[in-house]
Amino acid sequence: MQLDVESLSHRYGPTQALTRIHLRVKPGQFHALLGRNGAGKTTLFGLLTRLLHIQSGDIRFDGISLTHHAAEVMKKLGVVFQQNALDLDLSVDQNLHYHAALHGLSRGVARARIDSELARFDLSSHQHRLVRTLNAGHRRRIELARALIHKPSFLLLDEPTAGLDAESRHLLVRHVHELCSEQAITVLWATHLFDEIHPDDNVFILDNGQLLKEGPARTLIPAYKEQVLGLIPKHGGTTV
Amino acid sequence: MTINIYRHCLMGVLRREFSRFWQQRNRFATAVIRPVLWLFVFATGFGVTAENNTAESLDAVASYKAYLVPGLCGMVILFNSMQCALSMAYDRELGSMRALLVSPLPRPFLLSAKLFAICTVSMMQVFVFLAIATLAGTGPSWLGYLASMPTMIMTGFMLGAAGLLIATWIKQLENFAGVMNFVIFPVFFLSSALYPLAPMRDASPWLYWACQINPFTHAVEAIRRSFSLQWDPLTFGITAGTAVFLAVLATTSFRPQRTRILPGPGT
Repeated sequence: MQLDVESLSHRYGPTQALTRIHLRVKPGQFHALLGRNGAGKTTLFGLLTRLLHIQSGDIRFDGISLTHHAAEVMKKLGVVFQQNALDLDLSVDQNLHYHAALHGLSRGVARARIDSELARFDLSSHQHRLVRTLNAGHRRRIELARALIHKPSFLLLDEPTAGLDAESRHLLVRHVHELCSEQAITVLWATHLFDEIHPDDNVFILDNGQLLKEGPARTLIPAYKEQVLGLIPKHGGTTV
Repeated sequence: MTINIYRHCLMGVLRREFSRFWQQRNRFATAVIRPVLWLFVFATGFGVTAENNTAESLDAVASYKAYLVPGLCGMVILFNSMQCALSMAYDRELGSMRALLVSPLPRPFLLSAKLFAICTVSMMQVFVFLAIATLAGTGPSWLGYLASMPTMIMTGFMLGAAGLLIATWIKQLENFAGVMNFVIFPVFFLSSALYPLAPMRDASPWLYWACQINPFTHAVEAIRRSFSLQWDPLTFGITAGTAVFLAVLATTSFRPQRTRILPGPGT
């Protein structure tokens, strides 16, 4: 599934958060959206997931306008938000069933897919536990499992490793790269940690609400990490 | 999208609301204990202070209890609706509402499903309270139960929609406590839930008219009449009309960007 963002701008009152963003995310590839905190990544994700209203510009998935055909687009999108989006007072199973129902899946279909996703992420033994009782790494894996239950062809992940330890981060990054290569799911992964990006991944660098550069990670990251993004080591990863 | 997709979604939202309700069993206990206290403590005390302890005053207590039951049914629904609204505001602040908003189904439908779920939970609570009232000899007859169903459901939709509207419009959770105080107490006390309006007309005309323009008054009156197997098109019509108006407003006016569904600027 291909994503085209055309001349996308967004303001919060007097604050310009995004300025005329143009980008093309090619199908079946892993794309990273790199930028410091405050660069506009979450705003862009808010617009891509319809949590924010498009003020100017256009977003199209496989040529279909998000504004005019939201339902058609949203059923093909899997989303993992930066903040927790699970109901802490429900069990893993109940959370996943709820998500399946929100995509119109029957109980039977949902059951089979939930079992398969939980097995994939090695979470089957946690199925009946309350989300509140799980650690951050497990919660993020459940969020990823949830985003895959309706079999999306495009996965949007907004800083999905926030708050995770190094091992959990590494595991999550590996899972998503595997999904991308094995199932040809298009991935857009927002982060400010460049060690989450593989050399072959395509990178968009966002700074001050503007798209600064686009290209393969192996050439862009060495060229830009110090000049534009700074280099501040952070626990569990290196900040760009 | 087929009708089955909508059905699965509706059932999913309903199941989630029940699961949450089951997880918060103390909420159910509170919902039932509150009106029971009003019925057995407030009504008895209020009735006895009005008269000396004579046979007439005991009759007055019994008849005041019977008078109070419809208003307390309204109270159960009102509290549950506002509780659900509060829970929805929490969902939004804590992030779980985002899962609902990225569903491919139309948002007005998703919010209507939520409203349906809120109403169903309210009905469960109100009928448990009515069963207790009936066991204590102050509830309606079995026919009264049946006759009150449509009015009760309509009241559930009306107050559920009001809660949904508040939850979708409020920007911050901190404001919500104020809204609860400014909504629940005025709505309940400025109605005929606790006292009949007719004697109030001369004693305090402004209070009388404030109660008259409160749709909750008409919902309580519609419930009261249905308990006596009477049908009042005016009170039922006002309740149903308000329910439809608020439901349409709540389900179509929701804008995630108006709330704190995402972190603010610069993210």
